[in-house]
Amino acid sequence: MSDPALEFRGVSKSFNPGRPVLEDFTLNLAAGETVALLGPSGCGKTTALKLANRLLDADAGEIRVHGRDVRGEDPVRLRRGIGYVIQEAGLFPHWDVRRNVETVPRLLGWTDARRRERSDALLALVGLPPEEFGARRPRELSGGQRQRVGVARALAADPPLLLMDEPFGALDPIARRALQREFLQWKARLGKAVLLVTHDVREAFRLADRIAVMEEGRLRQVGTSAELSARPASAFVRDFLAEADA
Amino acid sequence: MSGLAGFLWERRVEIVALTGEHLVLVAASTTLAAAAGIPLGVLLTRRPRLARPILGFANVVQTIPSLALFGFLIPIPFIGGIGGRTAIAALLVYALLPILRNTHAGILSVDPSVVEAASGLGMSAGQRLRLVELPLAFPVVLAGIRIATVVSIGLATIAAAIGAGGLGVLIYRGIAVVDSRLILAGALPAALLAIASDALLGALERRSAVARARRPA
Repeated sequence: MSDPALEFRGVSKSFNPGRPVLEDFTLNLAAGETVALLGPSGCGKTTALKLANRLLDADAGEIRVHGRDVRGEDPVRLRRGIGYVIQEAGLFPHWDVRRNVETVPRLLGWTDARRRERSDALLALVGLPPEEFGARRPRELSGGQRQRVGVARALAADPPLLLMDEPFGALDPIARRALQREFLQWKARLGKAVLLVTHDVREAFRLADRIAVMEEGRLRQVGTSAELSARPASAFVRDFLAEADA
Repeated sequence: MSGLAGFLWERRVEIVALTGEHLVLVAASTTLAAAAGIPLGVLLTRRPRLARPILGFANVVQTIPSLALFGFLIPIPFIGGIGGRTAIAALLVYALLPILRNTHAGILSVDPSVVEAASGLGMSAGQRLRLVELPLAFPVVLAGIRIATVVSIGLATIAAAIGAGGLGVLIYRGIAVVDSRLILAGALPAALLAIASDALLGALERRSAVARARRPA
């Protein structure tokens, strides 16, 4: 058995004493698996995600990436090995699309030729032909195109694990649907482990292999969409999932 | 009016020399203020607890009447005394606040999601500052330098009161002998300097803002 891509073991985190945002959180992500952290805002899902690349540090418990405790890792090096996609992309507005995609390869000191080859391939993968889009600035792109650049940027150094925080949350329904469809194609082709934070039940059902439902800092249930639909563990889970049909 | 023009023309050599002195005072103090104010402004964004007291203190210092500040500095060892060094120290005090404040505000105005992406992708704190925050804050920082420069050009006329030279020499002499043409011989070039440097730095600021907003040609 190879190590899971990411595992949380009994992890707790609070910003104010006595008010934990995450409590005794335990979850495994196998290599190549997509797990959605699903729950209402304030349930701790983004906190969990940020603990994985040490944008935050846990108060208690253990987090391992590819079997290695993140506390023993240099945060900067750890993050360069994990893809990171956020809502509204967070592209660097003063750089063109290609420079944005090449962010991590530059930090890693790749040669010009290798970087260029990689950014060409990734821009093509996300449906933005490099000769047409490479020299554009983020503000010259639509929201959907920006988010594609954000995904290409996260994939640039070919990390085996991707963290995505509401990646399609800011898009209009049509662009969101298109990107979700493409996400499934990328996933099939690239075989990355993905931790996806979302509050959108349909998105979780469409994209994730397993769904982790959270409420008030606690994991309520983990399972496939079929398992969750057939046997919700609590009234909260049942009611929250019912939103999808509304 | 032709009388004034003839008057200025007769004194052109002195006016040019004093304009040169004036520019040296302004350039030296603004450069030092930028060298101190930009790093300090960045530091205040990293230590938010220090930001309020320090910016508040800098604001208060700004309200000291300039003639009084020039006077206060004279007895202080090393920076004090009569002459250019004291004047530069006093001008630095006034130039510091706009640069400090704009650097602080400029860095804080960078979109938090961009800053978070920079960290999340694995930039060190230094790389984030150098590659992302400072370039994006640059137009705002430059605006601070522009304000500091224009303010210094005006205040530097007072430096003549402590023997630091510059265009204020003509103004003080004009006041002493009640000759408004002499006053204008100092005031007009100073005003023109202020307008010109404001326009120049303003153009630079717009260019840098546009360069950041759009793709270069």
